[in-house]
Order: sequence, then structure tokens, then C-alpha cells
Amino acid sequence: MAATLPPPRLLPSGDSAVTVEFSRTIDDDANQRVLALDKALAASPIEGITETVPTYRSLLVHYDPGKISFDALGDKLLPIAIQPPPPVTKTRRWRIPVAYGGEHGIDLEDVAKALSTTPDDIVARHAGGDYKVAMIGFTPGWSYLSGLDKSLHMSRRQSPRLLTPAGTISIGGVQAGIQCLAAPSGWHLLGRTPVRTYQLHRNPTFLTEPGDRVTFFAIDHRTFDEMDRAAEAGEIVAEQVNA
Amino acid sequence: MNRLVVASIGPASSVQDGGRHGAQRYGLTVSGAMDRLSLAAANTLVGNEPFAAAVEIGPFGASFTARDGAVRVAISGAPRNADVAGNPLAMDSSVTLKDGETLTLGFARGGAFTYLAIEGAIKGEAVFGSLAVNARAGLGSPYPRPLQAGDEFSVDAASGAPELRIELPKPVSGPIRVLLGPQDDEFDDANKALFLESEWKISATSDRMGYRLEGPAIKHLHGHNIVSDGTVNGSIQVPGNGAPIALMMDRGTSGGYPKIATIITADVGRLAQTSAGTAFRFKAVSMAEAQDEARKFAQAIKTLPDRLRASDTVELNIEALSDANVAGYAVSAVDAGTWQVTAEP
Repeated sequence: MAATLPPPRLLPSGDSAVTVEFSRTIDDDANQRVLALDKALAASPIEGITETVPTYRSLLVHYDPGKISFDALGDKLLPIAIQPPPPVTKTRRWRIPVAYGGEHGIDLEDVAKALSTTPDDIVARHAGGDYKVAMIGFTPGWSYLSGLDKSLHMSRRQSPRLLTPAGTISIGGVQAGIQCLAAPSGWHLLGRTPVRTYQLHRNPTFLTEPGDRVTFFAIDHRTFDEMDRAAEAGEIVAEQVNA
Repeated sequence: MNRLVVASIGPASSVQDGGRHGAQRYGLTVSGAMDRLSLAAANTLVGNEPFAAAVEIGPFGASFTARDGAVRVAISGAPRNADVAGNPLAMDSSVTLKDGETLTLGFARGGAFTYLAIEGAIKGEAVFGSLAVNARAGLGSPYPRPLQAGDEFSVDAASGAPELRIELPKPVSGPIRVLLGPQDDEFDDANKALFLESEWKISATSDRMGYRLEGPAIKHLHGHNIVSDGTVNGSIQVPGNGAPIALMMDRGTSGGYPKIATIITADVGRLAQTSAGTAFRFKAVSMAEAQDEARKFAQAIKTLPDRLRASDTVELNIEALSDANVAGYAVSAVDAGTWQVTAEP
């Protein structure tokens, strides 16, 4: 029998949800355990669980206290949560087109300056990265990515912008992001993608899933406009590679 | 098809139901009624499922006119003056609007949200099982935005069923009950005590996303940044300025501020109906008590149909009053007033 891992903390989030916390920090091993628990619960559901929400370091489990109590749920969750995550066998990879800089990435030059390099170098480092969707949250389709090149880690803007455009590709702290809808943000805006990670009336409505791999490739601004029109009409425009 | 036309309406009014569940993992906000018990009561009065789509009316007045035939509706939630063609309508009761008649609702007298349910429910295109308006994500049906004058709903013709009122369970009073956590360990004992023992007021800048709380500044033990994790309705997060925010139905699905406590399910609607500027307190309860209250709350909603009563309309009261007078009983205007009030729950 494989050795078990240290148990996560079970933190009450009110009377109808529990936060299963594997780490307090951003940590890829913890995220693996979050996604593994999420998958295990989807495969063998526990009666009373109504919805699960994976994040970087914890799995929020919503449940009906009319069906199962906090203690009884904890007793069922813990034995699953201490199992080592099975090796990831099949993942989807998305190749996401990005128009970097200019009006689409208004912070690219400043980021280059702050890191004492050129915009082209920032683009190369960002597009050269191999990312994983660690969680989706805040607004529909906003995909938080782990795997940002260490040389691109920088603190967020002093004052967040009240509105940043749909499709914004940005970095903040140790994270990279694909933003779907226009939203406030304190991250640095490197570019924009025509890809909609969330689009109503499209199948699928949500493109990315936690655990998916992501890479970026640069497109020029004219290609962006063409792809944007296609995406508006319901095309996915991201390339899917099964790995 | 019969129509119910929004003749006038204030801000913060929208179509809401039980909310959009199952896609929080994709960042999709739950939305839904701020006060689920009142939504359920209004729906029960007109024979709908408890969490069917209805109009959530914000603190200002509103009026609705029946067109192309009669429409049966009911109101519950924040009390306000209501009348149909000059006849007062009691809260927590149903009424049938004849073709061309208008139901007029005044400002909320205490509380914020009143629910107008329509017999047969509001119809529209559900997304993730819900018609609830989430303006930020462009969701909600038939209008993916707050309601405006001139909007209209295609509705069922009134059934002609007798009018009803509903005797709601006695309202809970006292502090808003919370469970500490999930991040109460980001605060020292003194600051947890400050949170639990202080008087709070809801800021006027509150909305369906969150209620900002005015009171003492709550200090964090290790700063205000945590790695984002999931939120629930009623999560109380403490941002850098120390002023707590109770996350409500249009909350983001994840957040990066420590959450000191979580309002119990049974009391989220109570907080939603606390007017800006009204002083209140929090009280910590045990998990066992919170879950017991959650089960009772769910049971109360399930058993609402048992609380329906035949409506004592104003007309009937006047008739009874004149009968009593004819019979030689002295019925004073004061008594009559009291009588009418006691005819309400």
C-alpha cells in the first residue's frame, strides 16, 4: 500500500460548505492534490455533496447539511484526501493565440523596463512557458495559470485598474492569467487573446478546465481582429492538442 | 398571451430565483434571491415552486400593470404600502389584477427586497438551470440586466383561484449568527472579539455582490493577502482597510482576502434585509447549532404550503364590520383597525 500524505485541514465555510485546505501557499503539489480529490469525488460522489470548486490550494466542497453533517462529511473526505494523487495520464493542452503589446498589452513596455529587458524578450519568456490551469474563478472563465517563468514574477500594480478588456492576458505575482470578460484587475496587461474561455450558447460554454495545460503563441494585431470575429461567431479559435 | 408590464421600477430590481448552481468551478456566480424565504413565500402564494423566478424589487417603489387579461401575483419580503386600484393589499398575500389594473408598491419600510411572484412563474431561457440576473456576466432572462420601466413578462392567464395569505414563521430577531472561519486563524483573539462584540452598520454602498460593514477596523495577523480560495454566500472577508465585507449572491466565486467568519444559511436573508444604517451585532454559534438551523430553515421553506390561509380581503372586513354594526355590536374604528392588522400574519 502506498504511503499516505499528511491530511488537509478541514475549515468550515459556514454550515453548508467545507474548505479542504492542502496548503496556505501556491504550491503545485497541493494543487495536484486538490485536482485529484476533485476528480475522485466526481468519479465516486459522496451523498450530500452539491458542488465542488477547486482553487490553487484547496477544494471548496458545498453540501446539503440536511443530507450529511460536517463531521460525517469530514470522515468520508479525509481518507480520500490523504491518498497520493495518481499520475496524470491524459491532459488536454490548449494553444492560445495572443496579440502582445500595443493597445492590446498596454503594460508590456513597462514590464520590460521594470525587468531591464526588451518587450520582445518578455513576449518570448511568456509565450515560451508551459502552464497549467490551476483554478478558474473571480469571473466566468478567468483561468489562473501556474508555471509562470520565475524571471517574470513581479508584484501587482499599486492601484488596480477598474476595468480591463475581455480576453486580457496578464501576469500578477507568480501567476499568469487568461481573462474572459472585462473586469477590474491589478495585474500587468501583456496582450489580448481572441479566445473566449466562456461563451454562452457555444458548446462547450466553458473552454478550460482546471488541470488543462496551456501554451501561448504570438499573433499580429490583424490576425487578432480576424480571429476575434470568428470567435464572436462561436468558433473556439484556440488549438487543442491531446497530450 | 397575458402580459405583466413594469409600469415603474427603481434601481436594484431584477428577476431572481434559486440561483445558478454547478458552475462555480468555472467562475460562474450563483446569483439568486437575496432573501430566499420571502421569494419562496411569494411563489407559494401563487402555487409556484418555492424557488421559481420572480421579481426582486429593491428598496424603491414599483408598479406593475396587467395587459391582455387578468394576472395573478403575490408579494412577500420587505414591508411596503401596496394597493390595486386604490384597494390596499396586505404583504404576504396574493391578488388578481384585472386587465388594465395596476399594482402599486411604495418604498420598503425597513428591509430592502420585496418579491413579486407571478402565477405560473416568470418564463425565460434558463442558463445552468436559472433565470437569475447576473448583469456582469450578461446572464438572466427574459432581461439580462436590472429591470426598467416598459419591460414586460409573458405570463399565464390568472387561474381564478381564491386569494390567499401566508402566515410566515415568527421572524428571528437578535444578532446575525455566524460560524467562525474558514480563515479566523488569520486574526488574533482581540480582533476576533472586536468583530463579535462590536456594533455594525451596513454601508449605503452595498449591493448584491457584497454588504460593506461600518464599524471598528479589524486587523489581520499576517497581512491581508491570502492565496485566493472559494467563497460562499455569507462569507465575511476582511480586506486591507479592515472594513469587513459580507459576500452576497453576486459574489466572485473566489477571493483573496481572509474570511473571518461565515453567516449561517438561516441568517443570510436576514442580513440581506437589514437596512443601511441600522445597527446590528454578530454572534458566533457552533457547527451543530448552525446545521440544525439550516435544516429547520430548509424545512420551513418546504412546509410553506401548510401556512397558506384564505385571504381576509379588505372588502370582507368591511362587510363583516358592517354586519357586526347591524347586529348591534359596537365596533370602534380602533378595533376595526386592529382587527385588520391582526388579519395579517
